[in-house]
Amino acid sequence: MEKKLPKIEIIEKYCKGCHICVEFCPTKVLEMQGFVAAVKNLEACIKCMQCELRCPDFAIKVITE
Amino acid sequence: MAFDYEKYIRPGKLPHIWCPGCGHGIVMKGLIRAMDSLKLDMAQTAIVSGIGCASRLPGYMDCCTLHTAHGRAAAFATGVKLAKPEMNVILVGGDGDGTAIGGNHFIHACRRNIDMTYIILNNKIYGMTGGQFSPTTPTGAKASTTPYGNPDPCFDIAKLAIGAGATFVARGTSFHANQIDKLIAEAIQHKGFSVVEIMDDCPTTYGRRNKFKSVIEMMNHLKEIAVPVKAAEKMTAEQLQGKVLTGVLYKDETKTEYTAEYAKVIERAKAAK
Amino acid sequence: MSKKVAFLQGNEAASYGALYAGCNFFAGYPITPSTEVAEVMSVELPKIGGKFIQMEDEIAASAAMMGAALAGFKTLDSTSGPGLSLKQELIGMACISEIPCVIYNVMRGGPSTGMPTGPSQSDVMCAKWGTHGDHPAICLVPSTVQETYEEMIRAFNLSEKYRTPVLVMPDEIVAHMRERVVFPEPGEIAIEPRRTPTVPPEQYKPYDTSFGDVPPLAAFGTGYKFHVTSLNKGQDGFPTTKAEWVQAEEERQVRKVEANADDIIEFEEFQLDDAEVVIVAYGSTSRSARYAVNEARKQGIKAGMFRLKTFWPFPYKQLTALTGRIKGFITPEMNLGMCHGEVERAAQGKVPVMGIFRVDGEPINPDQILDKIKEVK
Repeated sequence: MEKKLPKIEIIEKYCKGCHICVEFCPTKVLEMQGFVAAVKNLEACIKCMQCELRCPDFAIKVITE
Repeated sequence: MAFDYEKYIRPGKLPHIWCPGCGHGIVMKGLIRAMDSLKLDMAQTAIVSGIGCASRLPGYMDCCTLHTAHGRAAAFATGVKLAKPEMNVILVGGDGDGTAIGGNHFIHACRRNIDMTYIILNNKIYGMTGGQFSPTTPTGAKASTTPYGNPDPCFDIAKLAIGAGATFVARGTSFHANQIDKLIAEAIQHKGFSVVEIMDDCPTTYGRRNKFKSVIEMMNHLKEIAVPVKAAEKMTAEQLQGKVLTGVLYKDETKTEYTAEYAKVIERAKAAK
Repeated sequence: MSKKVAFLQGNEAASYGALYAGCNFFAGYPITPSTEVAEVMSVELPKIGGKFIQMEDEIAASAAMMGAALAGFKTLDSTSGPGLSLKQELIGMACISEIPCVIYNVMRGGPSTGMPTGPSQSDVMCAKWGTHGDHPAICLVPSTVQETYEEMIRAFNLSEKYRTPVLVMPDEIVAHMRERVVFPEPGEIAIEPRRTPTVPPEQYKPYDTSFGDVPPLAAFGTGYKFHVTSLNKGQDGFPTTKAEWVQAEEERQVRKVEANADDIIEFEEFQLDDAEVVIVAYGSTSRSARYAVNEARKQGIKAGMFRLKTFWPFPYKQLTALTGRIKGFITPEMNLGMCHGEVERAAQGKVPVMGIFRVDGEPINPDQILDKIKEVK
């Protein structure tokens, strides 16, 4: 069965580039692109929601079904 | 599904003022999840603060919010709660605001056991003024006013609260983000004065002076020092050296709550009339 | 039916005046010589379902009072000199956040702990200039027990009308003397209600000047969700450093009182019509001055008294108007010349202003004033 991927929405104007989401993602889905976080490898996402939970800036939403 | 935080935030107020990597936003999210889980009526909820970085939190929240003078949050909130006991009253502030300039108000709010929840974001520093030492800055730590190391001993906020008479005291950390909402929700539900201390970090003014190379290092430090109360029971004093206990540290449901006690005063006064 | 009469102390009368005005929340901290207010309120408020709380210090008392005021209550706090010094921080916040409340301050000897049981009139400048920053000030100075009762009602009315803190400041003599008080019937003196918003919650702004210089104030817990801050704020209540907003808001806060000075200033003219020597007095000192004026008249000297009931805003205009026809002002007061300086401003150098200043804890007696009247040539 094909894996259903979430949508990771990063609100760039809220992101302050603290790296928390990148560092605490257990499957390395995110990376820094310049000063803001960006999705590098959505395929690896296990929907653990750590990035959304830990983002201090309300800048990440992990949208699942 | 993504959690809809913005439902609780005033439109157009984000991004907030806190620095990159500051844990205050993580705590604010925990508070929002707690309020959501309890389905608090926002129009019947007041969030009161003093002055400092953490005290800017109420301004973002879509309820009745009161950003007062430095240290005075607990006294203002006491007025709101005694006037309208039916309202949910939540206080937010930092370690300096709450335990230095506001220390007197803090201990007396604890003593009265008035039904409010005080969330103290303890980042061990005066952040807004540029990193001066606070009553919770560890002895020996560097701050802009302790260039040779801090000579002051520091407060244990939780112990202070318990000693002063608070009837619910909990501690979390901004690393343990998932626990924050649960601690706050339990505190709000508790009938009496509840204190939730969140060990937080200030990468801008504390971290860089105290050899933390990054926000991540500070977060991991919080993870390392935190010991859940249950786990601590099986540890020796030596093993607990340098650790902080997390979870619900104290709960007393026997002490009378202040506004309930005052309602009895009204009854007695009316009977005597 | 005859009116209810009682023999009361100034502090007791102040408490009953507050209750007549609709005060339903008191926060205070014990301090001589004003503590009787707290004692009366602790007895009376719970009887009517009101709230009384003794806080941990004077700052906390003001804070609790202001918190309750934002929850829609009519609030009172009582204190004396050292407490007034501590309260300056929150008097400033009440001014900038525009929180209606009344502070009753009995003037005792100062500075610092000074003379806790001695009378004084040395807090009048603190009432205006004690807190930092530009701000409005309303300060009432009653001289009898009856007037203390009535001025408390006026203080609550002014605080609601102008959405600002109001200070009522009798000296220790007025606060502790006992006199006959005739109580007004319910409804006899009009009570100013709080002006609450007429717009729905989603349109409400706590400093919306489209409703005039005194915007309506909603109460917490009534469906209105709004923000109150001690920072400079915009009309929406949120902090701002925008130059034009800060300037406009600060000017409005001062203007709402200064532009309505004629509505706020009350005074008594005693034997003033043909007076050549005018005593400007307030509080218990005005009682000695009244006696001295009568004595002077018996001796053929045309003396009169301009008695302040409102100290701030100060009646400069009214005093300046007298300078064309009088020989001089005399300012007896229990301080080293606080009202004196303001009368000098009003006199504009056109007539002399002579002071009688006492800070020794003794009242100024009529003879002292009479002697000074005779000095005016």
